[in-house]
Amino acid sequence: MNALQWAIDPWGKLVPIHIVWLLIWAAVIAGLLFFIVHATYVRYFAKPRQFAAEVPPPIASEIPARVPMHSMVARLYHWITAATMFTLLFTAFLPRVGFQFPWVTWHWIAGSVMTVLVIFHIFHASFWMDFWAIWPDRIDITDAGHRIRRFFGRPAPPPRKAAKYTFDVKLSHGAFMVAGLTMIVTGVLMMSRVRTIFFPRNPYLFSDMTWGIIYVLHGLAGVVLIAVVMVHVYFTLIRPEYRPLLNAMIFGWMSRDSYLEEYDTKRWAVEAMISSPESRNRKD
Amino acid sequence: MATIRDIMPAFDLLQPTSIAGARELLEQHGRDAWVLAGGLDSLDWLKDRIKKPKVVVDLTGIEELKGVRSTSDGIEIGAMTTLTKVVQHPVIKEKYGLLAKAASVVASPQIRNQGTIGGNVSQDARCWYYRAGWPCYRAGGNICYADTPVGRNSEHAILHADRCVAVNPSDTAPALIALDAKFVIATRKGERVADAEDYFVGPDIDITRLHILQPGDLLTAIRIPPALAGAQFYFEKVRDRNVWDFPLLNVASAMVVSGGKIEQIRIAVNGAAARPLRLKTVERAVLGKAPNAATGEMAGELAVKGAVPLQFNAYKIPLMRNLVKRAIGGVEEAV
Repeated sequence: MNALQWAIDPWGKLVPIHIVWLLIWAAVIAGLLFFIVHATYVRYFAKPRQFAAEVPPPIASEIPARVPMHSMVARLYHWITAATMFTLLFTAFLPRVGFQFPWVTWHWIAGSVMTVLVIFHIFHASFWMDFWAIWPDRIDITDAGHRIRRFFGRPAPPPRKAAKYTFDVKLSHGAFMVAGLTMIVTGVLMMSRVRTIFFPRNPYLFSDMTWGIIYVLHGLAGVVLIAVVMVHVYFTLIRPEYRPLLNAMIFGWMSRDSYLEEYDTKRWAVEAMISSPESRNRKD
Repeated sequence: MATIRDIMPAFDLLQPTSIAGARELLEQHGRDAWVLAGGLDSLDWLKDRIKKPKVVVDLTGIEELKGVRSTSDGIEIGAMTTLTKVVQHPVIKEKYGLLAKAASVVASPQIRNQGTIGGNVSQDARCWYYRAGWPCYRAGGNICYADTPVGRNSEHAILHADRCVAVNPSDTAPALIALDAKFVIATRKGERVADAEDYFVGPDIDITRLHILQPGDLLTAIRIPPALAGAQFYFEKVRDRNVWDFPLLNVASAMVVSGGKIEQIRIAVNGAAARPLRLKTVERAVLGKAPNAATGEMAGELAVKGAVPLQFNAYKIPLMRNLVKRAIGGVEEAV
């Protein structure tokens, strides 16, 4: 099956114009298959998780009952981005599967909002957050290797507990980043082909071939995001082991138990002074 | 070497004799089927080898699609009724003269003898870039060749453009909207009746079609209710060549005037957008006012509000303003 739609341009050249819209369903099916395979594996085959022991072990009383994880600004960013992402996906793909409505204006407005959000996020993460916390480090890579070896029954030490972001969260962020930036860069260029408030139309900014590649990349990023969003929603809304992350993204904190169970107190050190009065009074 | 464009690509010609038979064939062949009515739009596409359907479903053998019938609720015109028959029909001439007038200025007498009312309202856009087979938005591509600084766009849209700037070329469509006609469509789920203005779609909703017909659907008839029978009608078409051309713009209105005031009005224009536009704002604004120059002036200004001209079609703005003004205030009032 050809994944692209092709056309003959006025100069007789064969140029790509879009992805094949069947890829929308391929992405949806891939997302659903992931749910099924992962849920089946966790339910019937997965062994209990094991982590390497921490040295020295943490003293629970030094950890606040509510471990702060996401600031209000970070949470607002996440949820506004989520709403914008859904708007973009629905306005892009619902008309392709038969739900007809005037989508273009909503789509470019949502795309503009997303662009502003991502620019904000880059600055916010660079200057107000721990920029490197979301990137996989050497320990993540080593432990990923250990996990794979253990999965196939080969000898390997158990992985260490996670830093502030687990390796799968980091991978998820990476997938969103690559697909999202592709979508934004191509989308901003594509806005020169429709009437917006930002700049005059200029459909001849690039050659037909370059435009075709831009449209194809935009479409591919879109269908990849369908699958990535589905997987993200599956983990955070359905999987109980990820519930602490959902709570943290809503309320800003996770419980001490969740923190101690999953996270390495050295790789993600928590400042006790940020804890609530309630947690400071407790002496467990 | 010039491309030979006078021999149609091979297709299977299917000639049903009933609406049910036609529906069955359209259902069976889906997107591979092409509906042939009078053939005036279709044969251009086929001879130019731009459209290459596997199957052509010829409706000319379906008698139940032809003719004008008086009903308890106005009249019903079969979709395959020729435009000449529409023009000449005594009831249409007497009560719905607006439609007769609109149909009488479609193309040439020969074309009206062959062309059908269903085909006239369902015909495709005439944008020369699209008709040349270029991969524009309307053809499923990702560009509009007309809406560029150097594009030839003198006949294109001034209102409601959304990526594509092609216009609807029908003369009878605005008249049917003004008469509050209903379009009867045979679909997979049974009969569907749509208001005339809802039969047409703009590129914001569906950039590859000018109407709501989906593969497998068939327009079977057009019903005109009696509410505006014998009202005060106005139709005017402006074209490059007065003997035979598509409209640059046209306007159709049906007005009931009582005591010197406009009591009821429906007005529509075509050639300004990808779908014929019913001017509801104008209708609301002129209700209760005298149909004179001042009201026409105000209506004309209102009609073109929001118009965005392209490089070569700014003339359409004063043209539309004046057509609406004449429709409301009368020809002698126009500038």
